[in-house]
This record gives sequence, C-alpha cells and structure tokens, in this order.
Amino acid sequence: MNQYFDIPSDLQHSYLGLIGLHLQEALLPVLFGLLIALPIALVCARFNWFYAPVLWVTTVLYAIPSLAFFVVLIDYTGATETTVMIPLTVYSLVLLVPAIVEGTRAVSPDTVAAATAMGFGSFRRFVQVELPIAVPAIMAGLRLAAVSSISLVSVGAIIGNQGALGNLLHDGMIYHRDPLIVTSVVTTAVLAIAVDGLLVLAQVLLTPWQPHGRAAARRARTGPGDDIGPGTDPAGDNVTGKDLTGTDVTGKDAAPQDAAALGEAAR
Amino acid sequence: MNLLHFLNSFFSDGANWHGENGIPHRLVEHVEYSAIALAIAAAIGLPLGLFTGHTGRGGYALSAFATGARALPSFGLLVLMTVWLGQLGTTPAMVPLVALAVAPILVTAHEAIRNVDPAPVDAARGMGMTSLSVLFQVELPVALPLILGGLRSAAIQVVSTATIAAYISLGGFGRYIIDGLAQQTYAQVVGGAVLVAGLALVTMGLFWAVGRLVVSPGVRRRR
Repeated sequence: MNQYFDIPSDLQHSYLGLIGLHLQEALLPVLFGLLIALPIALVCARFNWFYAPVLWVTTVLYAIPSLAFFVVLIDYTGATETTVMIPLTVYSLVLLVPAIVEGTRAVSPDTVAAATAMGFGSFRRFVQVELPIAVPAIMAGLRLAAVSSISLVSVGAIIGNQGALGNLLHDGMIYHRDPLIVTSVVTTAVLAIAVDGLLVLAQVLLTPWQPHGRAAARRARTGPGDDIGPGTDPAGDNVTGKDLTGTDVTGKDAAPQDAAALGEAAR
Repeated sequence: MNLLHFLNSFFSDGANWHGENGIPHRLVEHVEYSAIALAIAAAIGLPLGLFTGHTGRGGYALSAFATGARALPSFGLLVLMTVWLGQLGTTPAMVPLVALAVAPILVTAHEAIRNVDPAPVDAARGMGMTSLSVLFQVELPVALPLILGGLRSAAIQVVSTATIAAYISLGGFGRYIIDGLAQQTYAQVVGGAVLVAGLALVTMGLFWAVGRLVVSPGVRRRR
C-alpha cells in the first residue's frame, strides 16, 4: 500500500493534507460563485432584458480553457492557489447564474401571484418563494459546478504544483511511480462522487415537500407513454410523472438528473 | 496593456505562421483531436440516450453513469493513460476527451426525448406510426434543440480540454501554452490561450448555425 500513499516530500503535504487542499481549492470557488451568482440572478429576474447579455458574457467566459485562464492569470496573481481559484469561481458562476434564473423563472405564475397577493415585495418573494422552489434546479447547477471544479483543480499542477492531488500526477511521472498517478485519479474521482452525493442529500433536506425515495422512484418509472393498460388510467394526466401540486418547478423532481440536463443545455 | 503587447508580438511573428509549429498546422491538429473525440462520444452517447429516452427506462443507471464519467479528472486520466498505454499516437488523449464529452451528450439526449410533449407523441402513435418512426419523425425533431445544446456543451469542453494533450507531447494549440511555460516565453502562452478560446467561440457559433439549419422552423418559433 505504501507505494500508493507514500507522498513525495516535495509536495509538503500528507495524503490527507492533499485531500483537504484539493477540497479547499475546488469548493471555495463554488461557494464564491454561488454568492456572486445570487445577486446577478436577482437582477436578471427583475429586469428581463438584463439576462440575455449576462448569458452571452458567461458563455464566452466558459469558452476560455482552464489551462489558458490559469496561465494568463499568472502574470497578475503569480503561480499561487488564487490563480487556480479565480477561473474555477468564474466557471461556477457561469453554471449557476442560468441555473438560478431558469429555476426561478419556471416557478408557476400562480404561486408568484399568490405570494404577491399576500403582500410579498419582489425581493422578499425572490428570496422566500422563488428561490426555495427553484432549489432542485439550483442544486443541479451546484452539482455540475462542484464536480467539474474538483476535476479541474488537477490541471493546476501544470502551472507549478498548484494542483493539490493533481501534483501527484506530475511527481508520479518524474519519479516513475505509477501508483501515485492511480492514487491521484481514483481519489479525485471518489471526492467528486462523494461531494455530488452530499449535495443530493442536501437537496433532499432542503426540499422536504418533494417526493423522494420510493415514491419518486415509482414515478420515474412511469415514463411518457409507458404502457398503461385499458381501464387502468385513473391518473391519466400524470403519466409524465409531473407533480400535481403545482409547486413542482420542472416536473423533474423524480429524477434528479433532469434538471442537470437542462442546465447543461442552457450553457 | 501588457496582454495586448504579448498578443501583438506573438501574432506578428512570421515564424508562428509556418511549418510544424505554425498556427495553421496546430489548428488542424487541435480540430482533429476535438472532432474525433466528439464523434466517438456522440456515437456512444446519442444512440444510448435516444433509446433510453424513448423507452423511458434506465434513467437512474444513466445518471449514475454520467456522474461517474463527470467525476473522472481529465488531466489525471490523460497522465494515467499515457503511463499505462505508452505514447500510442493520440489514444491516451482520446480516452479523457471522450469520457468528458459522453456525459453531457448522453444525459441531454435522454432528457430531451423524455421531456417531449406527450400529446403529439400519443397522436403519432394513434395514427399508427411504429415506435421507431415516432422516435425519429416526432420525438427527435422536437427534442433537437436540446440535443444540439448538449452536443455544443460537450464540443466546447472538448475543445478547451484538448489543450492538455500537449502535456504528453501531442500537438494542438496546447503546444504553445506548455512550451511557452517551459521556455518562459509569455507571448507564446498568451497567444495559445487566445487561440483556444477563439476556437471554442467559433465552435459555439458553428453549433448555432447548425441549429438554424436543422431545427424545424415550427419548433424554433415555439422556443
């Protein structure tokens, strides 16, 4: 086992230390991205015309390759962790702004009207009604951002050992220690899956009104046009698995990957 | 204005426009890697996504697979494949690029087909269309904008990520970035970065144009 976990001393971190560093370099940017995305999304929700240009700018920013982004920043912030974290913040932002805007826009107009009738101003309505209902869509964006961020940190190894677990790749190559490379890849992948799982868990806790577990699985199985035999059609208008309560933003609570797909296409 | 100065010195250098390390040659290499990777990923992802979306089955297996594919670190996979397979042409670079592209293509194809309005699908079935013609003549045209969105997102990520292929001494625009870092010629690094970003933007424009051409006007107007 030692050949896998005996970290070369030039990295100045233990195995667990590298994991901590990796999580910090990957997840802090996602957090910053979320904090910046919320006010931008609020403005986009209030002023519709503002959304199109924002979408353009974010799409262009997303097109900048991470490695290119890193090296251009070296000139300003040096070969430091900041240089890795700034691009990751931008990428998170790019994924989160459309997720929040599309999610809050998909809130049923009846719900919004009800909130307005109860005397909610547009800011309070956004924070207390639209955001919570949009949680599944926002979480889908967060999951994409977190997983891709964890994967991208490794690239920081190229700009001078700023890649946390990615640094093991470089060391594995120059010291001819292949097991280190396996350790790096497997650990990074496991971290990404674990963080993704935690976010799914967080979503379940944040949306107690949504069906989860067995009920959700049952509805996911009733896809569109699934053979509904003659005479067994009492829920005829629910074949698509849509939530009849009307709070369901996208009708996709049953399968968490749906919102992710839409977020993906919106990029 | 530092950056502009570097850009000017990179692009005005005649040596950067000819031969093995010239921009045209690197462009061809970069496009070649990206196109092959995207084609392989589409060949895997599209049929699977269309089929599972059409039947409405396997959504959970699919989402688990996509999460796994997304979780694989591209750069790590590149290094690992190089060590395991050796420098077998472009294969070590293809594995991470395909793994990167397959998830968005697969998931969007599945979801796009699943989210097609059931009314026209039922109507088509009622008219006696076979399952395959329902898929290809009704569901696919309606779902096309979303499916193209998935392909576009995959293509942009592949073009950006193909940069790291240069780390294992392959070509492409990444060559300028990696070599520039090693030789401390910053103009080359910035030039390479701008070229990749530009290519990604061109890719985006290309998909927009393809969308205009192949998406039925009826579907386009509704969106």
